[in-house]
Amino acid sequence: MSRLEASAGKVPQKPLGKRMKRFLPIYLIMLPGLIYLFINNYMPLPGLMVAFKQYNIKKGIYGSPFVGMKNFQYLFQTGDALLITRNTILYNLAFIVVNTFMAILVAIVLSELTGKIKNFYQSAILLPNLISSVIIGYLAFAFLSVENGFLNNTILPLFGQSKVDWYSETKYWPFILIFVSAWKSVGYNCIIYLSAIMGIDKSIYESASIDGASKMQQIRYITLPLLKPTVIMLTLMAIGRIFYSDFGLFYQVPMNQGALYSVTNTIDTYVYRGLIQVGNISMSAAAGVYQSVVGFILVLVANLFVRKLDPDNALV
Amino acid sequence: MRTKEQIRFELIGNIIMVILTVTALVPIVLMIISSLTDDATLIKNGYSFFPEKWSVGAYNWIFSSNSATILRAYMMSFIITGIGTLCALFLTTTLAYGLSKKALPFRGLLTFLVFFTMLFSGGLVPTYINYTTVFHVKDTIFGLLVPSLMMNAFNVLLMKSYFTSSVPDEILEAAYIDGAGELTTMTKIALPLSKPIIATIAMFAGLAYWNDWNNGYIYIVKKTELFTIQNLLNRLMQNIQALAQNSSNLSTAQQGLAQIPTTTVRMAMATLGILPVIVIYPFIQKNFVKGITLGGVKG
Repeated sequence: MSRLEASAGKVPQKPLGKRMKRFLPIYLIMLPGLIYLFINNYMPLPGLMVAFKQYNIKKGIYGSPFVGMKNFQYLFQTGDALLITRNTILYNLAFIVVNTFMAILVAIVLSELTGKIKNFYQSAILLPNLISSVIIGYLAFAFLSVENGFLNNTILPLFGQSKVDWYSETKYWPFILIFVSAWKSVGYNCIIYLSAIMGIDKSIYESASIDGASKMQQIRYITLPLLKPTVIMLTLMAIGRIFYSDFGLFYQVPMNQGALYSVTNTIDTYVYRGLIQVGNISMSAAAGVYQSVVGFILVLVANLFVRKLDPDNALV
Repeated sequence: MRTKEQIRFELIGNIIMVILTVTALVPIVLMIISSLTDDATLIKNGYSFFPEKWSVGAYNWIFSSNSATILRAYMMSFIITGIGTLCALFLTTTLAYGLSKKALPFRGLLTFLVFFTMLFSGGLVPTYINYTTVFHVKDTIFGLLVPSLMMNAFNVLLMKSYFTSSVPDEILEAAYIDGAGELTTMTKIALPLSKPIIATIAMFAGLAYWNDWNNGYIYIVKKTELFTIQNLLNRLMQNIQALAQNSSNLSTAQQGLAQIPTTTVRMAMATLGILPVIVIYPFIQKNFVKGITLGGVKG
């Protein structure tokens, strides 16, 4: 029988019990990781119920009174939901456009350069990615501080402008945040594009240049079209994550200034402040559930498209 | 042969990259220079790349005995990063190794359980309630170590795919035939073959721990002696007086505050916060880039 199966190309399977016994040591070494996964990622899930309750720490998750959709009603009636959703989505769209453009530009430039200097450039622009958001907040502060900031003390006087109260004027913040986001992530994002460019067959460029194509034409007609799948893929992934924001960026860089909330509050910062500062846990939980559920749907939808385009890169 | 066009292209490319490199580094340089500026000068002239008067006063103050708060927080950062990275490495490697075994019963289910956490998560509030009411990590060192940072699905799956693709089955089979058990095969054969990915994960985890300020902000409320340098920086952004608060009595606390070169000390602390990253950066840079490429589009 087993010989028959083997000749049909199937490996004979031992009974489950026997196989599990063989892998017992493997299960044992996996155990700590699985326990952590359970504690960190699955045990909290029943806590999602808090969004539908009037949470009281003393009574706990199960003892607190059930209030149905009231927390959500409040969240949407106050306009908070609209504001934080708008900010989260618009900032993410701006980040996708600006950071993708910059990352591709840098990747193309780097791919044409050679030698040690190329590595130096790449290391330098990647460095901001390794800095904690608290310290990025300090760096921004050195430039934006009203009394001592570099902009107010050195740059603006050069142009005869008077001081700007950066931390209370909302109109500058979309630009500041988009700039800081690009500063932080272009070095990271360009790596993937650069490796895609490096993967392009060199002979295509050689024959193009024999045919008299200029550098710009080669970029326009070879590099960019061949990067298209990577761009689409990364953009789809980013769209799948559009309900999530870089919490540190939106919390630390504007230094948690109340005057700026209308342009800096995202779903993540809202959930955070609700929990830590305001102490309205149920409300915060409602915003969290809103984010988790819509975020989940978006990831699945984005992934559906990814799978159609390129099954290898699909998550599911 | 370099054509005229190529030379022009390289020139423009270099100009673009120099601009971007300067943009990337200038804020860090400003921070370092500010930390080396005389406090009174800084208050008078603002943050500047060319200070009128240089001074190491801020560092003197930090390393003098009266600022134990800062040095302790700095030590905490190193301790947390060290322990955290080791734990993260252990949990990630063992789980990923198991998941890479093709014949493992329930492999699909277990992989899905890991993977699902990338799609859906309870978010901050349920996690907070879980850790504070069930495990009581508030104001303990576990609050800094355990929540969220110890293992993540992305790293597990990254490592798993490395094991599956870069450790040839034939070598493992040969070891089994020679009578080696699962554990011996793992420690003697698979892991030595996987040094690059282990280094990459260690680096990701180490950076995450070193740069983390979230856990301290959420879970360390009263016991500020557990603060890492990031937590302290976070606290000091709002309130520089926290530096003097640890002094034993009020009068010395007030005295202390008057003597603190507050503006430059902030920047000196931020500089210390970046320093270890900059020091190891040349050594990890290649690995870091490789890790990002390995994660590929999934990153």
